[in-house]
Amino acid sequence: MTPPAAQQSNNDILVVDDVVVRFDTPDGSVTAVDHVSFGVRPGEFLSVIGPSGCGKSTLFNVIGGLLGHTEGMVSVAGVTINGPHQSIGMVFQEESTFPWRSVTDNVAFPLELIGMPKAQRIERARHFISLVGLDGFENRYPNELSGGMRQRVSLARTLASEPKILLMDEPFAALDEQTRLLLGDKVLQIQQQLKQTTLLITHNITEAVQMSDRILVMTYRPGRVKRIVDIDLPRPRTSEIVGSEAFGRYVAQIWADLREEASRGMRDEEDHMMHPAGSKS
Amino acid sequence: MSMTATTPVRRFSLANALPALTGIGTLVTFFLIVELLIQTDMLSRFIVPPPSEIIASFPRVIVEEHVLQRFVQTLGECLTAGVMLTVVGVAIGVLMQRIKLLQQACETWVAALASAPVVLCYPLFMVIFGRNAWTIIMMGFVAGLPPVILKTLEGISGTRKVLVNVGRSFNLTSSQQFWKILFPAALPTIFVGIRLGLIFALINVVGVEFLINFGGLGQLINELAERYDLAGTYAAICFVVLVSVLFFMAVEKAERWLTRAE
Ligand SMILES: Nc1ncnc2c1ncn2[C@@H]1O[C@H](COP(=O)(O)OP(=O)(O)OP(=O)(O)O)[C@@H](O)[C@H]1O
Ligand SMILES: [Mg+2]
Repeated sequence: MTPPAAQQSNNDILVVDDVVVRFDTPDGSVTAVDHVSFGVRPGEFLSVIGPSGCGKSTLFNVIGGLLGHTEGMVSVAGVTINGPHQSIGMVFQEESTFPWRSVTDNVAFPLELIGMPKAQRIERARHFISLVGLDGFENRYPNELSGGMRQRVSLARTLASEPKILLMDEPFAALDEQTRLLLGDKVLQIQQQLKQTTLLITHNITEAVQMSDRILVMTYRPGRVKRIVDIDLPRPRTSEIVGSEAFGRYVAQIWADLREEASRGMRDEEDHMMHPAGSKS
Repeated sequence: MSMTATTPVRRFSLANALPALTGIGTLVTFFLIVELLIQTDMLSRFIVPPPSEIIASFPRVIVEEHVLQRFVQTLGECLTAGVMLTVVGVAIGVLMQRIKLLQQACETWVAALASAPVVLCYPLFMVIFGRNAWTIIMMGFVAGLPPVILKTLEGISGTRKVLVNVGRSFNLTSSQQFWKILFPAALPTIFVGIRLGLIFALINVVGVEFLINFGGLGQLINELAERYDLAGTYAAICFVVLVSVLFFMAVEKAERWLTRAE
């Protein structure tokens, strides 16, 4: 068990330093993220795992620059960020393709923004479409694709902007189990191929252990860093590794941590239901 | 969203033509029933002329009453009103969405205007524009404006939050955010507003032509009705229907072209 601070080193490409996020609600102030610190190394695959409502999406939005934080600092390659930043590419949990654009035009979107000539950006887009395995669907529109395919379009669109850091918030949560596994393999393969620094937010332990170099486990309310676990499994990792004994040990360890937090969360919510904060009115 | 909708090969088959054929069939059946009711004296021919007489009156209406010129005139007025209400309506809708105060102040008024019988204001418009085509166009324009404004407002405000966030994550400027995300996301809803606006405009254009006895098909209907030429009146009404059919086809084309620029 290493204290989180010791995991930070000065060649980290992304540094989250003592970040606190509080929301003002009618029932008073809620701390969603509480003094969270960690770093991500170049080329690393880091997963953040935690029970529902622990502040994962909040952290995702803060790192992506979509949400301000109350205290602390986020920096990329030594530069403090205070808003959306082109070195961070985000993939959202919800379906986020543009329905009015074809697959090619969706993926070419970030290239269009930087003013790349049309022929060139179509060629670039093709490359990323092929990377996520959607060859042959270039001219289709999102409403002609399955949920998993649309999520791959979103991923390709984000990859096309060639971000230093790929940030994903439960990108597979809305998909069925088989699709999720296949897409997980695809992401891992791409990440290894591009040596893409990746921060994945998830609540799926198997997925996290299979993909990550390190896993950050969060506590339930307020969201703190409970533990950072190094996953010392050989790469390339295929689905077969899931059956191995070492894999099982990691899963068990993280599950033990999570179960404690999740059950604390359930108790908390039950309490809340029986004694709602607004009951005085 | 079924995959069958995108079957690449589209051969002519009875199944494809079935909806259109059924539509025409229903219409023909309806006319036959009306004809039958009139021929058996269950329906007075002085209220509704027999469909066969209406069809027989077409050549007369075309040659003697110059219905085609009038058709073109009404079409032109509707087109002008339609273009104006699209441009102005969308612009006002966008403005109201951008400036929250304006929206809070005016949204209820616009909604109220949508249900007001604007056509009753025609004397006022006559005073302002005179007894000419502009009175008619402006009436159609004012009557069709509210739905375009309201639907534009609704479409832009209703853009899914995650799409806005995608735009923000790519660091878009606010004008890029508008043109590349909000506006295209709102287009389908805006087109619903334009369709509604055109219906209101057409009703008012023909209505005001009728009321001020000026211009296109409305005036012709007025004259034929005064002469008690019932078959001719209904034949002229058929041309009004044709105007609206043409408009709907044009709007549908425009929508397909705009929302799926291939
Ligand atoms: N805009 C907001 N205003 C008030 N409270 C908020 C807001 N956004 C999030 N919260 C609160 O912050 C906490 C963390 O929310 P967050 O969405 O980050 O959780 P999460 O870990 O992503 O959950 P899930 O796994 O279910 O997506 C929750 O208790 C939530 O109620
Ligand atoms: Mg979340």
